[in-house]
Amino acid sequence: MALLELKDVEARYGPVRALHGISLAVDEGQIVAVLGANGAGKTTTLRAISGTVKRTGEIVYDGRSLGRRGPEAVAKLGVAHVPEGRGTFSELSVEENLRLGAYTRRGSLDGDIERMSGYFPWIGTRLGQHAGTLSGGEQQMLALARALMGRPRLLLLDEPSLGLAPLVTREIFRIVKELNEQDGLTVLVVEQNAAIALEVASHAYVLEVGKVAVSGTSEELARNESVRKSYLGY
Amino acid sequence: MAEFFQQVVAGLGDGAIYGSLALALVLIHRATGVINFAQGEMAMFTTYIAWTLIENHGWSYWPAFAGTLLFALVLGIGVQRVVIAPVSNASVLTVVIMTIGLVLTFNGLASLIWSAEIRAFPSPFPNETWQIGEVSISQESVGTFVVVLVLVALLWAFFQFTKIGLALRASALNPEASRLVGVRVGWMLAIGWGLAAMLGAVAGMLTAPTTFLEPTMMQAILIYAFAAAVLGGIDSPVGAIAGGLLLGVGLNLIGSYVDFVGADLRLPVALLVILVVLLVRPAGLFGKPVARRV
Repeated sequence: MALLELKDVEARYGPVRALHGISLAVDEGQIVAVLGANGAGKTTTLRAISGTVKRTGEIVYDGRSLGRRGPEAVAKLGVAHVPEGRGTFSELSVEENLRLGAYTRRGSLDGDIERMSGYFPWIGTRLGQHAGTLSGGEQQMLALARALMGRPRLLLLDEPSLGLAPLVTREIFRIVKELNEQDGLTVLVVEQNAAIALEVASHAYVLEVGKVAVSGTSEELARNESVRKSYLGY
Repeated sequence: MAEFFQQVVAGLGDGAIYGSLALALVLIHRATGVINFAQGEMAMFTTYIAWTLIENHGWSYWPAFAGTLLFALVLGIGVQRVVIAPVSNASVLTVVIMTIGLVLTFNGLASLIWSAEIRAFPSPFPNETWQIGEVSISQESVGTFVVVLVLVALLWAFFQFTKIGLALRASALNPEASRLVGVRVGWMLAIGWGLAAMLGAVAGMLTAPTTFLEPTMMQAILIYAFAAAVLGGIDSPVGAIAGGLLLGVGLNLIGSYVDFVGADLRLPVALLVILVVLLVRPAGLFGKPVARRV
């Protein structure tokens, strides 16, 4: 059974409709990628799930409807959203950012912070540093670590490669893959860099103007002529 | 020289009161970008609660003080939830108009419940002075200063070291990201109003022994608090306290050394401070200048 299922989801920003009826499904333990050009509705799809945009249609997570829940309630159900532009608290320290990630949980966080230092060794030595003084790559890693602090079941990742050096992007996707394989973390990732996304994901959806244009396994999409031309560039 | 030191100490006492009310204004402004014009009237109202506990229910001073702080917390949360939250998506002007409505409401309620009669309010400090050489130091001023400083230190520790404190700071800095990690930002704003009301209650209870208790007692204090907040930087908690102390000391010194100002022209001097700071350094002494794209 799918952990997350969207049926005919529409969303709008004021009078502008950004999603024209999206349907997709993510099974527990999968990494699923959402590809598409700018303005295709990738980010809005994630925002519809986490409740940061007004949406209609059916969004079912773990058997529960998310349709009427706000972002606080969705987060509490174990859905962690790393937004575009990272959304770290630049005036707060690295440690405070991490602690906020575990806001919905009780109990000691020291073990979790140590675990994050295992994934991102620089974190352990710079807990007191203001997040705003980190490099772009470090902020992206901090945003990911903060999301993981909540021990989510479903991770929504928005353009983790945006503005980052290729090596940093690789490192982030390597860690996501590791979390998926070792802890069974389910991931829905939005990405412009289709090549790396298809490499990591098992399934993918291609969006065009607010609708699903093509979907299938990553191998199928990588073989698909039009997907290759438009998004992989060969 | 003795006169100078006495005025400085008196100024620190007054300034601590301005600073605590200024801090209340800053807490709400940081979180929502709105000035709560009802902060002074809420402070006055809670001071009446303290008076009722002491005079009508026979509580001694410090239990009544603590009880009033608790009442203020609940009052602040309630006002935010019932009156402010429903219009929180409206323009800043709408919210400001709501706070002006609250000014009239609390003022009217206080007159209705307790009448506009001027009443004496007890002070927890003896009306005596410590003599150090030629300098007589008012115990009331020192006591006021210490009480405010202790409470501000407790508040700082609450913001710095507790989970709710962290969530309160996060909500003010980045509400959207806070919601994504599961912080209920609406409630955090309400708690912010509650804490602001507590600070106001402290200011009210420490003001009332000298000004006496009446429904208009906090109106001038609120102007001083505005001046203090603007002087320190309207988004800077440290600035609010520092601005309050500077203003308190400054006004006392000007009042005693500049003949034509005296006690009567203190309020215009405070307004002049607001005007000059906004013209010369709008971010205040401790604020960071904000560049905004238009």
